[in-house]
Amino acid sequence: MQVKIALFGITKEIIGSSKLKYELGENADVNNLLERLKADYPALQNLNSLLIAINDEYAQAEQVLSEQDEIALIPPVCGG
Amino acid sequence: MVTITEAPINTQEVIAAVQADGAGAINVFIGTVRNQTQAKPVVQLDFEAYDSMAVKKMQEIADQAKAKWPIQKVAVVHRKGPLQIGDAAVVIAVSTPHRKASFEACEFIIDTLKQVVPIWKKEIFEDGAVWVAAHP
Repeated sequence: MQVKIALFGITKEIIGSSKLKYELGENADVNNLLERLKADYPALQNLNSLLIAINDEYAQAEQVLSEQDEIALIPPVCGG
Repeated sequence: MVTITEAPINTQEVIAAVQADGAGAINVFIGTVRNQTQAKPVVQLDFEAYDSMAVKKMQEIADQAKAKWPIQKVAVVHRKGPLQIGDAAVVIAVSTPHRKASFEACEFIIDTLKQVVPIWKKEIFEDGAVWVAAHP
């Protein structure tokens, strides 16, 4: 399946784009996606934290992805 | 009132949004852009937000506060885009019947916002820029 990932803040700079399309195996989960991203973009490994949001909600590591999901990569947040 | 805006935040409007006849207190927190970080002069701050999720999370925090304190009304407005020294980045207003709850609720909202709302800031220095909190 193909998933689209929205990128923000420092992850946008590391990856060099505000969006990313990834081809993943069926039943790929959040952990699989994070492992792929960290392998393809090693600078992501140096961040304080790196989370995935699915449909505007923080996702658990074992949550399975689907093509319809709105997926975002969330580096350490820092509002206020 | 729970929003993200690119325009300057009108603090009076945020306060007006929480006025209520049952309120004996309105507590307001304004987060502003400081001119330095660890003694290094800051020229500008750039805020970026994942708008849809940020608004959803801010609303959830407001709802959590309402469940913990007798809040009459609550407003949370966060700005994004390029901000200058002294600009308000966030304004939070809470009205409650008595003052103690308004202080506590306001503090809870800003503390939780900083931990969970997907908003990022980049500090621009004269000689470079850093995404705040990104690295150890």
